[in-house]
Amino acid sequence: MSFISRGFRGKRRDTASSSRLPPGQYIVTDYPVLSAGPTPRIPLNEWTFVIEGEIDKPRSWNWEEFRKLPTEQVTKDIHCVTKWSKFDTGWTGVSMDKILEGVETAAEYTVQFSYGGYTTNLPLEDLTGGKAWVVYEFDGQPLHPEHGGPARMLVPHLYFWKSAKWIRGIRLVNEDEPGFWETNGYHNYGDPWREQRYWGD
Amino acid sequence: MTVQQSDLKLDGNAIGGLLREIFTMEMTAAEGTCSSCGKVHAVGQVEVYMNAPGVVVRCPACGQVQMRIVKGGGRYWLDLSGIRCLEFSSE
Repeated sequence: MSFISRGFRGKRRDTASSSRLPPGQYIVTDYPVLSAGPTPRIPLNEWTFVIEGEIDKPRSWNWEEFRKLPTEQVTKDIHCVTKWSKFDTGWTGVSMDKILEGVETAAEYTVQFSYGGYTTNLPLEDLTGGKAWVVYEFDGQPLHPEHGGPARMLVPHLYFWKSAKWIRGIRLVNEDEPGFWETNGYHNYGDPWREQRYWGD
Repeated sequence: MTVQQSDLKLDGNAIGGLLREIFTMEMTAAEGTCSSCGKVHAVGQVEVYMNAPGVVVRCPACGQVQMRIVKGGGRYWLDLSGIRCLEFSSE
């Protein structure tokens, strides 16, 4: 009897989740660590975050200043291009709308750049309108360096390589500048629902 | 900023099979000159990060990215721009 009950619960969960799972993805319950290099350890008193490029005057925050910005708690599904998806991940951070508030720019593109040298590119409109955050807590705990702490980007509507770990700043640019993976085979935009993994997808 | 060596780091022997697919010969004894620091290392000695969307090879002396290898959708993408010269036996 209990076996049958368990089976039914499992089936309902699968049905409910399939509409949340992009094509070609599978669900994980752990949190895999992906890294293209050594993990940078950035002391909070040396950490800064900057908005630069096509902006009259760059805006920068040290850790203390950044933590005074209004925060949001968001729960999102994340999708890695290596095919795992993780549902209902909880984050605390500052929305890009707040960070970019009042910024006037003609730029249509952005480049996220990180401690350690990683870069990834996005249209500016993918960072605004409640779609992106700079987050510093995962499940209520400070973000571990392996997962991008002190702070990382969260852009959950795109594959997770578009959410840079160890974020150091965002450059506003007039011309699109493909980043670390986008210059070597990975799709320039990376929409998981259209399965945009590689060049030409 | 300090950098802590990650458990995810492997050496170049980890990509021996992948490089054999691409070059159709054994490559771990090949010697690459880093385009950043100029030091020469055998492929077997480089630092390799594989828990990533692709394979990232870094210079063991200066940490510069030497190779990026992406395999997917029936294709390879190979960036060797971090290696100034790659020497290997024709035998």
